[in-house]
Amino acid sequence: MATFDLNGRAVSVRSPDDTPLLWVIRDEFGLTGTKFGCGIGMCGACTVHVEGRATRSCITAVSAVAGAKITTIEGLDPNGRHPLQTAWIDLQVPQCGYCQSGQIMQAAALLKDYPNPTDEDINAVMAGNLCRCMTYVRIRSAIKLAASRIRGGSRA
Amino acid sequence: MLKRIVIGAASLGVACLLLFLALAWRSAIAPIDPPAATNFSAELIAKGEALAGAGYCATCHTAKGGATYAGGYGMPTPFGVIYSTNITPDPETGIGRWSLQAFTRAMHEGVSRDGSHLFPAFPYDHFTKVSDDDVKALYAYMMTRPPVRAVAPANTIPFPLNIRLLQEGWKILFFRNGRYQPDASKSAEWNRGAYLAEGLSHCGACHTPRNLLGAEKTADAYAGATIDNWIAPALTDANPSPVPWTEDELFSYLRNGVAPLHGVTAGPMSPVVHAGLSALPDSDVQAVGEYFADLDHSARRTAAVDGTVKDALAKSGLGSTREYDPDALLYAGACLGCHYNAGPTPLAVRPELALNSALNLPEPTNFIHVVLNGIGIAEGGRGLVMPGYAAALSDADIARLAAYLRRSRTNKPPWTDIEKKVAVARTQRPPN
Repeated sequence: MATFDLNGRAVSVRSPDDTPLLWVIRDEFGLTGTKFGCGIGMCGACTVHVEGRATRSCITAVSAVAGAKITTIEGLDPNGRHPLQTAWIDLQVPQCGYCQSGQIMQAAALLKDYPNPTDEDINAVMAGNLCRCMTYVRIRSAIKLAASRIRGGSRA
Repeated sequence: MLKRIVIGAASLGVACLLLFLALAWRSAIAPIDPPAATNFSAELIAKGEALAGAGYCATCHTAKGGATYAGGYGMPTPFGVIYSTNITPDPETGIGRWSLQAFTRAMHEGVSRDGSHLFPAFPYDHFTKVSDDDVKALYAYMMTRPPVRAVAPANTIPFPLNIRLLQEGWKILFFRNGRYQPDASKSAEWNRGAYLAEGLSHCGACHTPRNLLGAEKTADAYAGATIDNWIAPALTDANPSPVPWTEDELFSYLRNGVAPLHGVTAGPMSPVVHAGLSALPDSDVQAVGEYFADLDHSARRTAAVDGTVKDALAKSGLGSTREYDPDALLYAGACLGCHYNAGPTPLAVRPELALNSALNLPEPTNFIHVVLNGIGIAEGGRGLVMPGYAAALSDADIARLAAYLRRSRTNKPPWTDIEKKVAVARTQRPPN
């Protein structure tokens, strides 16, 4: 039985060790902000943070994250006001919205590694996060806006 | 005349047999009452604990899901499966009745307390180099573990190889009893590294190829070998990684499980670093690094490193650059988000595949295992997880990824028959 930290809360998992982390997050703990997209790690909708790193939860066995710190979109910011989230709202990024929690989690990890990302950096790091509505242009703008706000020290 | 020859030959044969038996025969060492824990100082036990880590005793002497040190871990060998023994101090099924003398003889000569020869799956050919003082500390540690009653399953070594007396023949051919002898021309740190690597940490047991009788080919020391269906890469300058294994890279890898210019620990190497060497102080890990950095002559090859890293980074974004290559698209969808590096140097948390050890090996073995099984939180670099793609990607997809990366990120010849090798690797997946 795996135990881990989910958005700051210690949790024990009842599901078998080979259960995908996504199932556990959604079905056992009721956090449905993280989405099921393709189920084979190819679309990015299920992206969460494992120890702060973007990870596809649909193909990560829960046993592989035993003891780790997991953050979902619900835990990214206590008030839902992470600079990416506010930039997302300010620029009205989502269309249907299904992929957006995965996009934001991936982008948050991107900004930790590369606080001032170029277009090439964004293309590469966000390449595995698909958006059926083609909001890519706004995603890129929002990432840059959030990056500039974080660098400026402002969280508004 | 003929009669004389026959009698002479027969006599010689009998004499040889008697000589062999005389050499092979080892007496039992009298059993003792299990020593009380109070016989050992806390300091000695703590030293033994670190040394037991350095020797990965628990890795082989613990069955999956079983009690630590209670044995029963199966080791497939070309001769059959050998199960590790119970080395907890249980008096009936463990080593509770072993004196220090018996324990020392097992470590240094590969002979059990009852006088029977041990199989060299127990790497006494390395442990013979361990000092008496260190053996004493190990003994103190083992004898103060909780005793566990557990009998290992019977080995599947067929007759006549299972006759332990015959192991003397193996020892005559391949085994030299003797403690580590320092090399006066090298530093104390180098010698400490060599002492650990050659002795207790038995690096050669996996990284040195073996002959048909299962003995390490000493002339090919650290030339690389296959172990548990993984490749244990060469630790000499034959290692095909684009960047040499320098002291810094080795230290980072052996201490933290991640070397920024090579990649992370995986497969059988993960417990070596995370369950084994982690018990040692930084200075010992540094020493092992110094020893192997000297062995692979990395100091002579560092001039090219900057250029190699620059080339690797120039290719890091391939896949996201509108190449209209289906292989590149597969890579971009599945892998690029985590493995891309912007530079100026690769981040340890973003293993740069152009520099990666697995991608540069002559066979795709390790690459395939990692893609199929991923890397758990306790296996690679601290806090780094890679999902396993066994259920996500077909054999053909994994083969395409392998071929694409080999082609676009390295200057090595293409791997062959990759898809078949993926199918084989699937059958070798560890149970969950």
